[in-house]
Amino acid sequence: MRRRRLIGLAGLTTAVLLAVLASIAIGTKVIPPNEVLSALVAPTGTENDVVVRALRIPRTVLGVLVGVALGLAGALVQGFTRNPLGDPGLLGVNAGAAFFVVVGIYVFGVTSLFGYVWFAFAGALVASVVVFVIGTRAPGGATPVTLALSGAAVTFLLSALTSSIVLLDETSLDAYRFWSVGSLAGRDAAVGGQVVWFIVAGAILALASAPALNALSLGDDVATSLGHSVRRTRIVGVIAITLLAGAATAACGPIVFLGLIVPHVVRAFTGPDHRWLLPASALAGAVLLLLADVVGRVVARPGELQVGIVVALIGGPFFIALVRRRKLGAV
Amino acid sequence: MSATTEAPPAPPAVPGRRPIRYGRFSGVLRMRPLVVLLICAVVLLLAAAANMGRGDYPIAITDVLATLFGGGDAGQQLVVLELRLPRTLVGALVGGALAVSGAILQSIARNPLASPDIIGVQWGASAAAVFVIVLGGGAVGVGGSFAALGIPLAALVGGLVSSLVVYVLAWRRGIQGFRLVLIGIGIQAVLVAAVQWLLTVAQIYQAAQAQVWLNGSLNARSWNEVVPLSIAMAVLVPAALILAHLLGGLRFDDDTARGLGIRVNGARTGLLLVSVGLASVATAAAGPIAFVALVCPQIARRICRVGSPPIAASMMLGAALTVLADLIARTALGSIELPVGIITAVLGAPYLLYLLARSRQEARA
Repeated sequence: MRRRRLIGLAGLTTAVLLAVLASIAIGTKVIPPNEVLSALVAPTGTENDVVVRALRIPRTVLGVLVGVALGLAGALVQGFTRNPLGDPGLLGVNAGAAFFVVVGIYVFGVTSLFGYVWFAFAGALVASVVVFVIGTRAPGGATPVTLALSGAAVTFLLSALTSSIVLLDETSLDAYRFWSVGSLAGRDAAVGGQVVWFIVAGAILALASAPALNALSLGDDVATSLGHSVRRTRIVGVIAITLLAGAATAACGPIVFLGLIVPHVVRAFTGPDHRWLLPASALAGAVLLLLADVVGRVVARPGELQVGIVVALIGGPFFIALVRRRKLGAV
Repeated sequence: MSATTEAPPAPPAVPGRRPIRYGRFSGVLRMRPLVVLLICAVVLLLAAAANMGRGDYPIAITDVLATLFGGGDAGQQLVVLELRLPRTLVGALVGGALAVSGAILQSIARNPLASPDIIGVQWGASAAAVFVIVLGGGAVGVGGSFAALGIPLAALVGGLVSSLVVYVLAWRRGIQGFRLVLIGIGIQAVLVAAVQWLLTVAQIYQAAQAQVWLNGSLNARSWNEVVPLSIAMAVLVPAALILAHLLGGLRFDDDTARGLGIRVNGARTGLLLVSVGLASVATAAAGPIAFVALVCPQIARRICRVGSPPIAASMMLGAALTVLADLIARTALGSIELPVGIITAVLGAPYLLYLLARSRQEARA
């Protein structure tokens, strides 16, 4: 097992490097690897150097950050809720962020991505807390179904409120529809700079709670008898999930399913141990997001398909296969 | 002790109620559902009357009545007979159709959360309609007049196709309620992504038009919608009522239902077709009005105090609720009109949350 894990981690690290390279080299204009390298090491101010340094690298860095955040958030949600269908997007985080962003546009006249970030963050926080509280207070606890459905209900409600605003105000609609698909395009380095510390903090909390998650997976009683405070562990978990998912959503809009897919794929070689699962999910999240972004740039030339849409098109069938394959507790 | 040779007369199946028999059909007369039906009808009539009277051009209720029966001046006749009456009728028909659709689906899935909102009918219809709104002019190479006919038609086809896909994917040696719901959520997420992409490639006015459609609106609905809706309801609702006596048996597990003499798969398929048909027709006419199909059957079930959602009471409640929501949507914000679906979502979503929080036993009933 240990051998398989080490090989898996090494493979993932290589995959991250390759995905980063692809993300820098491939786009509307394909730049050969040697010129990518020269642009990185010894820029001479050619057009390719400018494209690489000003456009592709900031986008790639943001992609890595967001991918890491969503991969970790997905693994955390699934661990804390013992719910194989856990995904921050399915739990209302996206709808909460979207609603607050629209409020920001309509009520406060925010127009820049730089300004959306804080609204998205607050919205993600509110929605995730509401969904968790409702989902876990239901008698029988946070089963896959109660969480997925309370997420769906909160999403419905917030989407209706979002719609009513964008219907009243065409300017809001125009700004919102581009934010709402989930994209790395046009997000400059400043946006990454705004969210990076939240992601770092979230990642530290996430990795630190790995042992407690392992204990929790044996049940609340066992975890308590092993000396973990279940309540405190859960609170830390919700904070970490909100930091990670909120920052990711704030930076590049709602992306659903990435957090769902990644932990399932990674478990194939890490097994259920969260000390391995969490770091591997972080790396795999970055790989998946970067590749989805590259695919979106390639398939719809000269335009591009936003990364949120590519991920949803991959993730939907994956989710369905998962539901069909498993006996999901109450499901 | 000798065995009795003659069994005592069997007590009535439901104590205190007289059984009714007619040929193969039998049942008991329950007063409560009838009273509920009557009250809902009264609410529907009042809401309809208010909906026809209120608005930018207010008309007194007596004048509304007079106009309906042939009186009124030319202006009142135009407003009532050509604008508000058909709109109100579309609202009532759509609400009724959605509620019946939900009642059937919830009975089949044995799950109060199953509803055409959730299993893909409405988002399939939405994706198809937005596709026509956004690309209908250019890419498909058809003009505006086709788009007017094409949007409802596309919505109808889209709803049927996506519900079929959900059903086929959820089928695994039979249909389980929760699997149906979760597969529906998965398909819905894909369709949502598709719709959002379409919105980004659209012109802003097309995006605005699509946004209105996406929320379910009764704005500018005319006799053109009333006629096909009425025909569909006239066929599908009696079919639902005739099949409804099977619903009681379908509440049990398959073996029990078979023991009661129900052809389980045949009954289920027939009912499902009726349900999806009703939801698709309603969505084609007015867009995806949220939560009516989910909420009304459950409320009707509770106030009627019966085991599974009652068809007739659900229908009347759905009609009344939709007309009432439209009245609020039209008049709450002064001259600004909201789509009716926003009001039903704001009323319905908290109810869904309540349903979840209240009890899991309830959710699995």
